[in-house]
Amino acid sequence: MRDTRGRSRGLVAAAAVVVALGWLEAARPWGLSLPRLTGGLVHLDLLIRAGIFTIVLVGLNLLMGYAGQVSLGQAAFYGMGAFFSAILTVRAPVLGIPPTVASTWWWPWLLMAVGTVLVGGFAYAIGLVILRLRGHYLAMATLGLGIVVYIVLRENLGLPHLNLTGGFDGVFGIPRLRVGPWMVWPAARYYFLVWAVALGAVALGLNLIDSRVGRALRAIHGAEGAAECLGIAAHRYKAQVFALSAGLASLAGSLYAHFQAAVVPATFGFVPSLELVVMSAVGGMTSIWGAPAGAMAVLLMSEVLRTRIRHVIPGVAGEIEAVVFGLLLVGVLLFWPSGLVGRRAGNATALPPAGRRAAEGAAP
Amino acid sequence: MAPWRARPGWGLGGAAVLLAAALVLAGRRHGFGVPDYAQFVVDGLQAGAIYALVALGFVVVYRVTGVINFAQGAFVMLGPMLTITFLGASTTVSAPRLAASALAAVAATGALGVVVYRLALHPARGALLLTKIMITVGVYLVLQGTALLAWGPRPYVLPAFATLEMRDRSVLVGDVLIRAQSLWIWGTTAACLALLALFFERTLTGKAMRACAVNRLAAQLAGIRVDTMATLAFGLAAVLGAVAGIVVGPVTRPTFDMGLEVGLKGFVAAIMGGLVRFQGAIAGALILGVLETLWAGVTLAGFKDLFAFVVLVVLLLARPHGFAGAEAEAERP
Repeated sequence: MRDTRGRSRGLVAAAAVVVALGWLEAARPWGLSLPRLTGGLVHLDLLIRAGIFTIVLVGLNLLMGYAGQVSLGQAAFYGMGAFFSAILTVRAPVLGIPPTVASTWWWPWLLMAVGTVLVGGFAYAIGLVILRLRGHYLAMATLGLGIVVYIVLRENLGLPHLNLTGGFDGVFGIPRLRVGPWMVWPAARYYFLVWAVALGAVALGLNLIDSRVGRALRAIHGAEGAAECLGIAAHRYKAQVFALSAGLASLAGSLYAHFQAAVVPATFGFVPSLELVVMSAVGGMTSIWGAPAGAMAVLLMSEVLRTRIRHVIPGVAGEIEAVVFGLLLVGVLLFWPSGLVGRRAGNATALPPAGRRAAEGAAP
Repeated sequence: MAPWRARPGWGLGGAAVLLAAALVLAGRRHGFGVPDYAQFVVDGLQAGAIYALVALGFVVVYRVTGVINFAQGAFVMLGPMLTITFLGASTTVSAPRLAASALAAVAATGALGVVVYRLALHPARGALLLTKIMITVGVYLVLQGTALLAWGPRPYVLPAFATLEMRDRSVLVGDVLIRAQSLWIWGTTAACLALLALFFERTLTGKAMRACAVNRLAAQLAGIRVDTMATLAFGLAAVLGAVAGIVVGPVTRPTFDMGLEVGLKGFVAAIMGGLVRFQGAIAGALILGVLETLWAGVTLAGFKDLFAFVVLVVLLLARPHGFAGAEAEAERP
């Protein structure tokens, strides 16, 4: 058993950082705002996006770092959550939802919860079958699944006459969230909402890895066959963690939709899925704290690229990002497999040859 | 082992025939006649020939190194892009110049494949499979991003080989239109297959590579440099990818992100054929090409790209333990 007091101390410290950063931003009138202190690099937008990605990455780290299952299509679940919220709030009249319901303040919150459960359930059903695959096959299947979801979103779910997803243009005019008469807006309020959820996800992840489930997941990662011999129902645990990661991604997607007020399918395609993997690897996928660390580090880096590189190399703004993401992924995996805060003892990357062979299992 | 287990080809072949029948039936809704279907088959065989070349690249690398190279699609994209760059901006293209540019592009891509293996995968040869998969994904991101930097997002034009212009020549056989470029594609694929067969059957290096595929440890004990063979496999895969990209270039307008789609379809073809068998990969590629074209004909236009991925997911689910099966387990100590 790990020291649970140390864990809650970590959460309190993280919450303190979140509040402090939010406070700094609120101190704008006194000339103390975040952008000013960081030379214009960090805005509240960036922190909100980092919080949203943290929610996705907690799930991804549980899935990849702890259970050892690759997912190259995670952005699909993120997109499903985002489009679920977007469609059912904006297109409510088309779908025959009475405006008395669709315009209430609790409707978007209800959708967020329902979307999370639905996407989680969908992922569980898919996971029971798909997670029988290992290694390359699983990577390819999740990649394929992600692309199928992306194309279906892009093609209006195959129902062109209804125009639910808006095709390439997506859905816009997504309403801001409210609690009774109070708006969760401007951004400073939304920032606290997002990070409250993100820290909740981190707490959930931290509790999970020390629980029965977490130990089962690590056993599955180490040697699936041996774990099954010990009576661990590997396929069910894997499907559960897949469902959990999908549910978290969906929740994050909903938060993203209400933050951006617009969603386009391109945000949830193949390259965004890979960016999530990059963030997970950079933060350290063998630690839950790797989620906020990776999200923050990668977002900061792309912000530097966007705002600074442009002045060094003219005409090159966002294009260089993919190159850097790729180099970062290869470099981190080769030279720094534990990432920013990951543990080597999490047996994800540095196994002795005998253990490695067992981990790869019989299937290639 | 039950007898039907030993011949997975029959099950897959039967499923393909059933699917084709279903697609043909769905096509009646649009009032398609025999010439329409014949045209679909011709177009499908053209696409299938490309997938075959890409699939062979996957198979070669997988057999020798046990890794599926997610960056394979990037090599397909680099072939035509480099060819266009080497051709330069001249308005009239001469045949020798096009041939020289294409050869240079193939050589450059092959060299890049070698570099990728030595820099990114060789250092990680002891790492977990998960790590290797993600490394090839990272390589793909780097190559596609570099292509975007170098060539921008716009589609390019590669002149048709027969006319050396944008407009291609074509012949009508009955009601079926056959483009000259299709003949080039089929011819190149056939030539590549013949050369590959010669290489693996007749040359010492080819035999050494086959030995690595069967049993790496034994090959090493027999004095074969397994690392060198793995490097060669990557180079060979890159060459096959580049050739595929170049011959299809005049038909599809190459862009920096074309690699993902072609690469994944090549992978689907490889997996349809069992991932370790060359003949299987080619058969899988041709079947995939034809079925996909039929599908594109009978469904919504935007769903064209969906087919291969749906097939991929369904295929993988139908055979959860992978397609390489017992053969691959014996190969990988």
